[in-house]
Order: sequence, then C-alpha cells, then structure tokens
Amino acid sequence: MAQDRPLLDPSPRPPPAPLLPEPPIRLDPAARSARVDRISFVADTPVPRRGSRADSDRLAASQRELSDDDARLVYINDPSRTNERFEFAGNSIRTGKYSVLTFLPRNLFEQFHRVAYIYFLVIAVLNQLPQLAVFGRGASVLPLAFVLLVTAVKDAYEDWRRHRSDRIENGRTASVLAGAGAGGRQFQPVRWKDIRVGEIIRIAANESIPCDMVLLFTSDPTGVAYVQTINLDGESNLKTRYAKQETLSKSVDMEGFTGFIRCERPNRNIYGFHANMEIDGRKVSLGPPNIVLRGCEIKNTAWAVGVAVYAGTETKVMLNSSGAPSKRSRLETHMNRETLLLSGLLITLCLVVCVLAGVWLRNHKDELDYSPYFRKRASPDDDSSYNYYGIGMQIFFTLLMSVIVFQIMIPISLYISMELVRLGQAYFMIRDASLYDEASNSRFQCRALNINEDLGQIKYVFSDKTGTLTENKMEFQCASINGVDYSGGKASLPGDGEAYSVVGDQFWRPKLLVKTDPQLVRLLRSGGERGEGMRAREFFLALAACNTIVPLTVETPDPKRKLIDYQGESPDEVALVYAAAAYGFVLVERTSGHIVIDVLGERLRFDVLGLHEFDSDRKRMSVIIGCPDKTVKLFVKGADNSMFGVIERSINLDIIQATETHLHAYSSLGLRTLVIGMRELSRAEFDDWQSAYEKASTTLFGRGGLLRAVAANVECNLHILGASGIEDKLQQGVPEAIESLRQAGIKVWVLTGDKQETAISIGYSCKLLTSEMTQIVINSHSKDYCRKSLEDAIAMTDRLAAMSLGAQNTITGTESQRVPIALIIDGTSLVYILETELEEELFKVATACDVVLCCRVAPLQKAGIVALIKNRTDDMTLAIGDGANDVSMIQMADVGVGISGQEGRQAVMASDFAMGQFRFLVTLLLVHGHWNYQRMAYMILYNFYRNAVFVFMLFWYVLYTAFSLTTAITEWSSVLYSVIYTALPTIVVGILDKDLSRKTLLKYPQLYGSGQREERYNLKLFILTMMDTVWQSLAIFFIPFLAYRHSTIDGSSLGDIWTLAVVILVNIHLALDVFRWNWITHASMWGCIVATAICVIIIDSIPVLPGYWSIYHVMGTGLFWLLLLGITVAGMVPRFAMKAFTEYFMPSDIQIARELEKFGNLNEATASEIPMSTFSQPQQGFI
Amino acid sequence: MNSKGASTSGGDGTRDSSAPRRNSKKPKYSRFTQQELPACKPILTPAWIITAFALVGLVFVPIGLASLSASEQVVEIVDRYDIDCIPEQFQNHQLAYMQSSQTNKTCTRNLIVPRKMNSPVYVYYQLDNFYQNHRRYVKSRSDKQLRSKAYEHVTDSCKPEDKANGSAIVPCGLIAWSLFNDTYKFSLDSKVLEVNKKNIAWKSDQDHKFGSDVYPKNFQSGELIGGAKLNASIPLSEQEDLIVWMRTAALPTFRKLYGKIEVDLELNDKITVVIQNNYNTYSFGGKKKLVLSTTTWIGGKNDFLGVAYLTVGGLCLFLSICFVLLYVFKPRTLGDPSYLSWNRNAAGHPS
Repeated sequence: MAQDRPLLDPSPRPPPAPLLPEPPIRLDPAARSARVDRISFVADTPVPRRGSRADSDRLAASQRELSDDDARLVYINDPSRTNERFEFAGNSIRTGKYSVLTFLPRNLFEQFHRVAYIYFLVIAVLNQLPQLAVFGRGASVLPLAFVLLVTAVKDAYEDWRRHRSDRIENGRTASVLAGAGAGGRQFQPVRWKDIRVGEIIRIAANESIPCDMVLLFTSDPTGVAYVQTINLDGESNLKTRYAKQETLSKSVDMEGFTGFIRCERPNRNIYGFHANMEIDGRKVSLGPPNIVLRGCEIKNTAWAVGVAVYAGTETKVMLNSSGAPSKRSRLETHMNRETLLLSGLLITLCLVVCVLAGVWLRNHKDELDYSPYFRKRASPDDDSSYNYYGIGMQIFFTLLMSVIVFQIMIPISLYISMELVRLGQAYFMIRDASLYDEASNSRFQCRALNINEDLGQIKYVFSDKTGTLTENKMEFQCASINGVDYSGGKASLPGDGEAYSVVGDQFWRPKLLVKTDPQLVRLLRSGGERGEGMRAREFFLALAACNTIVPLTVETPDPKRKLIDYQGESPDEVALVYAAAAYGFVLVERTSGHIVIDVLGERLRFDVLGLHEFDSDRKRMSVIIGCPDKTVKLFVKGADNSMFGVIERSINLDIIQATETHLHAYSSLGLRTLVIGMRELSRAEFDDWQSAYEKASTTLFGRGGLLRAVAANVECNLHILGASGIEDKLQQGVPEAIESLRQAGIKVWVLTGDKQETAISIGYSCKLLTSEMTQIVINSHSKDYCRKSLEDAIAMTDRLAAMSLGAQNTITGTESQRVPIALIIDGTSLVYILETELEEELFKVATACDVVLCCRVAPLQKAGIVALIKNRTDDMTLAIGDGANDVSMIQMADVGVGISGQEGRQAVMASDFAMGQFRFLVTLLLVHGHWNYQRMAYMILYNFYRNAVFVFMLFWYVLYTAFSLTTAITEWSSVLYSVIYTALPTIVVGILDKDLSRKTLLKYPQLYGSGQREERYNLKLFILTMMDTVWQSLAIFFIPFLAYRHSTIDGSSLGDIWTLAVVILVNIHLALDVFRWNWITHASMWGCIVATAICVIIIDSIPVLPGYWSIYHVMGTGLFWLLLLGITVAGMVPRFAMKAFTEYFMPSDIQIARELEKFGNLNEATASEIPMSTFSQPQQGFI
Repeated sequence: MNSKGASTSGGDGTRDSSAPRRNSKKPKYSRFTQQELPACKPILTPAWIITAFALVGLVFVPIGLASLSASEQVVEIVDRYDIDCIPEQFQNHQLAYMQSSQTNKTCTRNLIVPRKMNSPVYVYYQLDNFYQNHRRYVKSRSDKQLRSKAYEHVTDSCKPEDKANGSAIVPCGLIAWSLFNDTYKFSLDSKVLEVNKKNIAWKSDQDHKFGSDVYPKNFQSGELIGGAKLNASIPLSEQEDLIVWMRTAALPTFRKLYGKIEVDLELNDKITVVIQNNYNTYSFGGKKKLVLSTTTWIGGKNDFLGVAYLTVGGLCLFLSICFVLLYVFKPRTLGDPSYLSWNRNAAGHPS
C-alpha cells in the first residue's frame, strides 16, 4: 500500500506529488483566489525552479492530444458497445484484500515480510530435522504459529469488515436508464455493482454518486449541479459542476441521443479530467467541471443525469485510496541495534557451546563407543555408529541445536507485544476526552500505529500557520477604500430586525452578521454620485461579485424570514461576501450566467460575462460583469504584490500610497489583506477580450495556459478601489501551548505562506516572538545576498552566544540570561538556499536560533526545511498542518500531525495522527508522548531482559550436560515461557503504567526532556540491564544447583524449580519497576505467576511425560520454598540496591516529580517559587 | 486500524458522513479510558528501603542458621569404592577386569559410623561423571511402552537399544539398558543388616508411569550388556530399582536411593559391606560411591543453603546500615522542586 503513495523526494526531479497532485487546471478556481497564504509560491523574483518546471510539465501534458491508445471511448447510453473492445471495470468494488481461498497464502506471505518471522521459521524448520530435533514438533512450531495466528485473526477481522462494507456499498441502488423496452425508456433501479461504463444514471438530490460520470442534464435549466465532496477531500462546502450546453438541449429520455466520449485513462488526479465528447458530429471539450465523482453527493439540485465513464476500481476515489504511511519509530530503530547485539550474544553462546562440545568429544572420543550415556556404537560387531557423524558434524549439529535451544534470545513475543501495546496506547489516545474537539466534533485519530512512542522524543515542531495556529475562520475587520481607512472602533453589530433584502413580504438576511463601521455605512447610504461614495459602492460591489460563492437560502421557523448561507471554498471569500452583505450588497442568487445582488435594497441583475479563475502565477482573480446600465466592468481582487503591478500608477498616486500604508498597518495587525481594483471596459476592449476568451475556452487542450494569457491581457491599468483586512483568529490556547512546548525543549518553527508582516504579528500574538528577542531577518533576492546575510547571521549568533557565555561566567549558572534569537526568513531567500551549499549555513543559523519563522514558503519548501533538520541531525521532527500545502511537510517529518479543520482532509489523510486543535499538541506530546515513550522503552528493555535471563539459565545448565543441549525445563515450559508465563504483565504495564500524572507532566513541561535525551532507552541502560540479567540468571541457576549438588534430585524436578524461579523473578523484577499499581496490574502480575504454577502442575500431571508428578514431590519439601525465596531475594538485591541508591541520591527529574506528586502539595506555595508554574496556570484551564 | 478503514474505502466514509452530525463523538468519560484508575504509587523512601533491607536480613539470617544446623545434624558416610574394589593385579586393566565374566567382582568394605545415625538410614549409590542428563541418554526411552502393554512396540525413540533379535526390548532404550547393577550386603558385627528395598521409588511412578501389566522382555539379550538384568516375571511397576534409575538425574554427579536400613546405627559401629562391583563406570572415568545418610527437613547434608541465606541476609543488613548512614550524612528532602535539573542550575543549588 505504501508504494501507492508517492513519497516526497527532496530532489528537484519530479514535480511535488503529494497525495493529490496539483491539477493543471484548477477546478474550483476562485475558491482559492483570495487565500493569500496559498499565493506565496513565488515572490517578485524568479519562480522557484521546481514550481516552474512542474508547471510547464503539466502544461505540456495538458496540450498533448489524447491519442486513441491513451483514451477510452465511452458510447453514451450504449454500454455493450462501450465494453465491446475492452471490458472496462465494472462498478463493483473490492477493498477486501483476501478471499476465503487466498487468505492463508497471501496473509502468510505478507506476514513473512518481517525478518524476525523468517528467523523463527528457519529455526522451526531446522528443528524438524531428526538430528536436530530439540523440541517436539508441536512445541517447536507453537510460538511462531501463535504469533501468526494472532496477526492473522486481526487481519481477517479487518478484512471481514472491509468485505462487509464492500457488500453494502455494492448493494446500493441507483436509477439507470434501461434499454428501449416495451414501456419506452425508463430509469430503473439497478444495484451499484451492476452499473457499467456507458450507462446513463440519474441521481436525485442528496444521493451518492455511484461512479465517475460526465453530467448530461440537471434539473437546473443552465445545467448546474452542486456537489458535496466531503468523502473525497473532506471539504464540506458545495462545488458547482456543469452539464454542457450541447447536451442540455437534448431530451432527457435520451431519444435519439447518440454520441461518444473520448476520455483519458483512469488516473488518481481528482482535480483533473480531460475528455471530449462528440454529439451529432459536434466536438465538445470536457473538463473537470463536467464530471462528478464517485463518493460525492448531489446537493441543492433536484436531479442530475450523467453517463458513467469510470466505474468501480477505476474511479478516482478508489484510485486514491491508500493505507496509512508506514513509518518506523526511533525506538524501534534503536531496538534493532540492540537486537543485533543480542544476536551477537546468541551466536557467542552457541559458539562457546559448540567449541566446548568439540573439546569434550575429542577428549572422550575413546570412551564414547560403549559409555552408557552416549553409546556411539550400535553393536559390537560392525563399525556402524548410531546417530554419530564424526566430530566435525557433531560440532556443527551442536551449533545448530544451540541456536534452536537459545532462539528466544531474540524475543519473538516482543514484536507482537509491541503491536498490542501500541494498539492499547492508541486506544487511550483516541479515548482521551481532552483531545476531543467540540467545535469539529472530532476525536483524536491514530492513523499510523507504529510510531506512538516517537511522540515522546520530538525536538522540532514545524507548524503551519493558517488553520493550525489560527482558526481559519475569516472575519472581515476593516477596509481601506479610496485611500481612507475604515477600521472604525465604533463598529457595531446591526440590529437583528434589520432586513437586508426584501422580496415581497419576505425578509432575507445573511446567516452571519458582521460588524459594520457606521461611518462607512453612512457614506454608502448617503449615496450621491460623488467620487467617494461611488468608489465605496464599487468596492462592495466588487466584493459581492468577484467570487464564486453560492448563496443558499435556508428556511427559518418564521415563514417570512429566510437566511442566506454563503457556500464557498475559500473562507476569505465567504468573509468578504458576508461583509458586503452587511454593508447592503447582498448576493442573493447565482446561476452560471448571472448573479443577482441586492444593492442597498434594490435587486439588480448582473450578467457574468467572464470569470478568470485564480492561478498561482497571476495570484488574482477577476470577473467581467455586464451591469444593468449596460456598462461592462472588470473587477479584480488579489494579493497586494500582484495587484500593484497591474494598477495604473499615473492617476491617484496618493490613494495608492495611502492604501499601501494601510495595507502595511493591517498586516502588522496580523490581518490578511487583499487589494481590489476595477476597470470599465470599452466596447472595443470588451469585444477583443470576448473573442480571445471564446477562442481560448473552446480550445481543446492547453486551454488553461491560453485562458491565463487572456486574463493577464485584460487585467491591466486598473483603478484601485481599496483593500480589505480579514482577521484570521488565533485558535484557543495557542500562546500557552507554544510556551509549554518551548519549555519542554521543543523548538517551534512556523512555516507559513503569509506575508512577512502578517507572520511576524501572528508570531507576537502567539508568543512565539517576544520583545526581548533579537530578530535576524533574511530577505534576499539573489544568492550572493543570501550568502552574505547568512554569514552576517552566523557572526551575530556567535557574538550573542559569546555574550551570554561571558554573562554566564560572571554570574554563575545563569543560562536564562542568554539573548533569545529569532530568525525570520522568506521563501524567496529559501529558493537560493535550499538544496545549495548554503543549506549548511542556514542550518547553523537556524539551530542557533530559538525561533524560526519562514514566511511566503511554498509547500515543497516547507518539506525542504523539515528535511534540512531531519537530514542533518538525529533530532525527531514533527510537522503539523491542516491544508493540502502541508502534505509534503507532514510526509517528510518523522511524525506528521494533521489538523482536521476547515481546509479539507488532505493533510489528515497524509498524517500519522490527526486532531482538532493545535493546543492538543501539548497533551499529545507532553502527556501521551511521554507515557508512550516511557512505556515502550521500558517494555523493550524488559523483554530483552526477560528472554535473555531464560537463555542464560539454559546456557548454564548446558555446561553440566556434556554440552549436549539438554534442558531440564520441559519443552512446553520453554515454549510457553514467553507466550503465557510472562507475556501479559509486560503488555499491561506497557499500556497502563504511568510514571507521572497528566497534571504533573503539564505543569512541568521540562519533564519531556527525558524522552529527548533518550533517558529511558539507551545503550548504557541496555548493558546495565544485561549485566543484571547475567547476575539474575546465575542466581536462578546456581542456587538450586549448589543446593541439590550430590543429591537424588531428578532433572524434571530441578527443571520445575528453575521454571518457577525464573517466572517469579522476572515478574518481581517488573513489579519493582511498576509506577502505578491498579487492579489490572495486580491481576496480570500475580495471575501470571499463578498461571505458570498451574501450567507446570498440568504438565507434570501427564503420565507419558518423563517429569510426571515431579512438581508435587518437590513442592512437598521445605527446601523448594526456601530456594524460591532465596533466588528471588538474591536475584533482586543488586537491582534493588542500585535503584534505591540512584533514586534517593541521584534522583532524576521524573523521580523528583513523582515524589512531588505523592508528598508535595502540588498546588501549594512550594510550586509558586518556580517561575514556570505561572505559565502553566492557564493551561489547566483548557486541559 | 480504524484509520485504514477510513481511508481504504469510499463506502465507509459515505456512511459516516451521512450519519447525522449531531452524534457527538466525544469519548465517554470513564476512569479507565482516561487512565485514571485508582492506583497505588509506591515510592522508595529511605524508610522503605531501610526497612526492606533490614527485614530481609532479619528473616534470612535465622533461616540460614536453622539450615546450617539442620545440615549439621545429618550424619553421612561416603565411601568411594570403584578403584579400591579392583584387585591389585588388575589396576592397569580395569576395563578388562570389568568386562570379563570370569573375574570375581566381590569386594568387602568396612565403614565406621562417625555419629549416631537414627533410623531410617538411607543407602545411596553415588555416581560421578555420569551424564545421565546427556541429550542422547535422556531421550532414549519410551514412556508409552513403560506404561502399557499395548504400546510394547513403540520403541522408535529407544535406538540403538530398541530391538533385539527382531522383537522389541521391554524396557527399551539406553536408560533401562544401563541399569545400575552393583549390589551391597551390609552386616554389623557379622549380623546381617537388613536393607529394605521396598518403597524406594515414587509411588506416583509405580502407580501411573510403570504398568503393572508390562513385563520385561528381551531385556539385556543383545550382544552388549549395559547393566542389570530384570526378572521377567515381575511387572515393571514392581521393579523399583529400575523406576529409581529411570528418574534421570539432573546433574552429572548424582545419588540414587538403594534402600533403607531401618535400625539405628550407633557411634563407632563397624559396618561391613560386601559389594558386587558389577557396574562398569571405568570405561568413561566415572566414580562410584556408597553413601549412608540420615535426613532432616532440608534433605541430606548440604551447607550451601545455610551459607547462602547467611550471606544474603548479612548483605542486606549491611546495606540497611549503609543506607541509614547515607541518609544521616546526605539527607534529601523528598519532592523538593529545587532539585529539579532546570531549577538546580538557576538557583545555584549544590547539585
């Protein structure tokens, strides 16, 4: 599944192909037009290399004529002919991976992709050779079979659920036009799975679309249909789709309708579609607005009829479905290193055994023939040996057998335990009430299940701004019109009774109310043809007209009152239209050809003559409107830097300058700005434009480029109308969250597409930047400048570091005196820095800085910056974002977090974890991350220890069996040891144990450092654990050994003692390290010991086993109980003493915090001495 | 897993969203899901540490002393006879002496009782350097065959002692084949000391492991004789020597119960033992010893347990005292936030 998802490649070769490649032609053009932070692809300087190349590639692709080989031919309403030459995929879908027949082989094949499983398989196979049979058949296969079975059951359950949903999906019905029957042509219900390409399907309002289809008719006379694509990209607003004029003129019952569609092959680009249709010999081109995709729903349209072009697995939604990305956690990487060490140890043990066995065989070679316990010779007459193949082979067999006996040195159960623990951890993260977002009704989502513990080791957080730090709920704040700033402080909400638009006796009112500036309202109402009033009216007319917003009327309980709900893809546009409505310019109706605007109480119809969609080159959109007074006006809105280029500077220079000043002021308030301009088109100009426009829009291929050129031609010499300022509100709790993260030693970098001023002001308001910070700003327009800026910056950081070092010398231990540095860099400079030799310098500067703020960065640059850190350090990176532009960054970072917010679900789809609010990051990292890391780290070490102690114990015994690899412990106990005897407690502890409470972790964010410093799992700890392991195994083995030396003890009895001793010891070991004992921990821990005893008793109650009844005999002696007690205590003394000593005399922060939790009164005065606590107070409010 | 479900199929999603929005997905509060189950949070305070060590010390030292004294009470006579029982002239040809059927293998040993031995006095034979736990050896038996007549032919695991003259050996395998066959006759002041050879095997083995309908067959009839022969008219469940022998020892030096002398032996009693020195340990350098021993609650003579308990107990007491001293001289307030690493530097706290 992973290969379906193009991984982001930092090299410049391919165009950035995140989940959904940028389309050549934007489907929902204006939707994004006003979104300033999306426009940031290029500054005034050359386009970033990758961007431009990608663009031209796409252009080339779009211009390519569809050859017959590349195309699929769909005969409208003639499925049999359509499917004649090639059988296109039917509409039934199959997301299930397996069928009943293929389940076993395929599932096994997939499971054996893990190296560890192959290791155990090889060992199980080796064990089947008669010469090597250490364990019986059953016992040797059991552990692997168990692990495989658990995983297979899990997979089967998941697959069953998929099959079930497939069945439901395939069984839904849709109306399909039946062939010419007796009763004429009729739509008849057909199950989804039976729909074929070429068939005509009718969809009613609120119905799901069964396959990808080209629209032919809709209930709307102009052929518009509204679709909701929430299942496709998560965007809940409505999008408009059109049926072609040529098909609309036909009759709906398809009488005499012949034609075919030539369309491209199925692909996963949900924003792209190339096709043309031939009806009655006329060729009509089709684009993305003419197709509706499976999974969408028809809304606000009574019905729509279309022809199926892609069905089933070839639909875009199915082509786009892919699993969660597979990542491997840092801890697991380290774990593999230790696993290698353990393999080394294992091989050493095996070599020792086989060398000693060789020496023994050599020394005793004369005695072996008849010695009663070896009996090499089968009979005295011939020379034939019984089961003996010469010293060399015996040594080799011993080696292999020792691998079999000591196999669990590599803990197979660890892999399955880790999966279970992660599942449990994910369960608790998902269920955490404090990670639930009320506003979007979304829980925390764990999309990747194997990197939970990485959350505890993050050092860098890369955050998007819009929608991540801010709410992405735009609110119109102020406007500068004709050089006058209307950001009136007296702004007030209009009264509820005020009707905005009156139709007969009905009042229509916008759903949202916006504060208005009374001065501006007066100006508008006073009217007059004076310049100012005129400009202001045109300004709002532009806001109301220059967009792609769809007004929907919503009924209210009062039949005389209706609400207008504006639906659009860009929150900025919606905000602007609501603002225009508040000032009396109410957009009431939109069809494909005209819009109706209620201008200050008077309903006017404007013809939309042309619409130039937003694109990232122009960074503006425009409409050409035919006004009721027969004038033709061009309204343009766009980003300031793109707009000032096309504004006529010769006139009204003072207005332009005033507007620029206001823009600057707005953006330093953190507002998103747009500049609005207009021009009246003369007849001649309009005609020129119209012919060019028509020519361009009827071109079949390369239309996008041509349209862009037409737009650029007409968008010139504009009069400036003014500028708007839209506030993007900070999300709740963001400043506190950032402060907490910073205290936790996490560097927060903000990467935004916004303007520098906006970015800096947001930086201040979310406390990322503070006034005492030294800011280093890099805005360079060439490589040399960049180099110089970076060199200066390095010099500066060095100087500041030296200063603070000096300060440190004079006043001892005052690290807090260090001057914090902030680096602010823009996308233009990054073009010259990323992927050149300057990267190294940037890295130096950036890591020396406390805060890094990148503005005007393109999506790929975001990924580039993440890569800058990821490739040069070992530090864990986390990227958090909400939009499609964050996808590359999310995929690049070690941990990707998606905000399920306003901007659709692409970021969520690409992420490892998804949540509703930025502030949840604090809980996620500081609490769950810390816990997960702590638990998993301990669990891995413990599992290594648990298995190694058993192996060492076996090893010591082997030394007393003439190196013949006998085990005193029964084979069933050896096999069950890691599966039943000791498995459950470690899983329970891995899921439930908490070293510190949520409250403490949030109160002292610095505690997060233990994960960053890898305090809970490192080589030193591993070696210490292994030394302890050796000691404990010595205690377990030699105490009974010495106690029973020269006695009548039989092997089975001694084996039972060892079994019980090792199980008790490893469980006590775990018990000593458990932080929190709740009833589940108790039950699993003591339950496991009891279960072991029961198992041993059961095994010893089977008469055909050699150890029959030994446990009963040995339990009856006092010596047995004394031995168990002695082993447990002697085994634990060193560990307990070490633990007691370090915890008391060299306490870690976590230890002190635990004591604080238990003894200190957390809320009492002692805590207030700590400066940090002041910050944590507000946190308590939201967590 | 839930993530996969959401992303792989459009169908899943369709239903999700068509469900009314008003269904709040807010997780239900429970102490379990919020990980707030009531729990005990033990912390190793100095009091706990010192108490724990002291307690262990105080429990272990008496146990150690008790074990030592118990071990001390055991009276044990060990006599190695494998070398001395070979006549002078055969010392250089031990193997030939043992293998020859002509030689007289009777040997007489005298033992002096060092302390009064209360009955029952257990008679053991001890073999050294005999790997009864060797893999080849322990596997070479057929538990099914021993248990029931019906499985007489299950001898696959017994090779090379599985069949003789074409039919199955009962009991088969190396273990049975190598059955110990030295015999001891005890006399005290030329009065025969009875050795009770009944009830020397585990009752459980006699009842369930060795069948009462299984009779020795074909046993030791091959060309190689490994040890004792069995009376073919006595079922296996009554062959207690065999049953004892077949409980294979855990370690290469082991004792097996030979019988019990059920009279008290007085100090300086001179016991004469007539040994039939049949068993060949000479081929692999094994030693044979005759052991007479009394038992107490910890079994035979073994000082190790006492010493171990004393050592561990002493060590714990010592550690307990160490912690007391450390605690007195270098105390630390528990849960003092000024010890936190980030406060330590700032406050200039002695770290």
